Amino acid sequence: MGKRRLSRSIRILAVPLLAIVFAQAQALTALDVRLKNLEEELRCLVCQNQTLADSTAPLAQDLRREVREQAELGKSDAEIKQYLVARYGDFVLYKPPVKPTTWLLWFGPFAFLLGGALIWFVVLRRRGRGGQSADEGPATPPSGGQAARARALLDGSPEK
Amino acid sequence: MKALRYILPLALFLVLVGFLWVGLARDPREVPSPLVNQPAPAFSLARLDDPAKKLGPSDFKGQVWLLNVWASWCVSCRVEHPLLVQLAKANIVPVIGLNYKDTTELGRAWLADNGDPYKLSVVDADGRVGIDWGVYGVPETFVVDKNGVIRYKQIGPITAEALQKTILPLVRELQKS
Repeated sequence: MGKRRLSRSIRILAVPLLAIVFAQAQALTALDVRLKNLEEELRCLVCQNQTLADSTAPLAQDLRREVREQAELGKSDAEIKQYLVARYGDFVLYKPPVKPTTWLLWFGPFAFLLGGALIWFVVLRRRGRGGQSADEGPATPPSGGQAARARALLDGSPEK
Repeated sequence: MKALRYILPLALFLVLVGFLWVGLARDPREVPSPLVNQPAPAFSLARLDDPAKKLGPSDFKGQVWLLNVWASWCVSCRVEHPLLVQLAKANIVPVIGLNYKDTTELGRAWLADNGDPYKLSVVDADGRVGIDWGVYGVPETFVVDKNGVIRYKQIGPITAEALQKTILPLVRELQKS
């Protein structure tokens, strides 16, 4: 009887125990995913064209450890980024923040695009209005001699 | 107006050449530290010569000092080492060594072999203090003023030129103030 009761209580206990185990596994993977995403946005300072997630440099390993510890302490992504920026500068971020010193970086390409569009527009308008362009042929009508010669050529009569 | 048509593209081209020219001379590995003109991050680390004793930036309040990050495994540390030994002999400014991600035995042996220019060295075995100081390569050298504020960071080995033209003039100026 004791044996039966024991096995029954094990079965009863098994369900919440399993639930706890799975929940913990779930929590771990959620943190892993979050860290992975965060590390994708951070630059490894030793191998500058790699993210913290990709790099195997010792410093990258140390920084990943630091990031993980801070995340486990409950710090938000923004706080962790701030922590790294305070030590290594904006360079540690793959996506630079928008601020006066980076305006040229962020908006420069659009300014160039706008400038190009403006030049294109002005050139087109000038052409359409003035007819001064070489594409549209000479602005002065042909002189008398030229017209007669053209006529002769068109009529097919031999020149002379 | 007609001249502008030729001068403007030429001017734009020259500006571009200027940017590229300057870019060629710059070292992309040198990332300016945001810690310059900020208070030096605190630490309390075991001394290399006597692990029972601790040392930190607060022990140097009121004097100008240098923090040099070094390791026995660091190749370019050997390049700058003779300069540090000379600097130590001249007795101008105390240099504190941060033995970064090294073992105590190897660190001590390295100093015994190459000469010890440091007033004291402290042990940062797991590199955490290094991260706090924004260290991303060894060697690095920081100039700290009397109020405990970082005033300059040398990334990579100290050169004779950097020492004579930048570090020592700055140290003298800070010592006067």
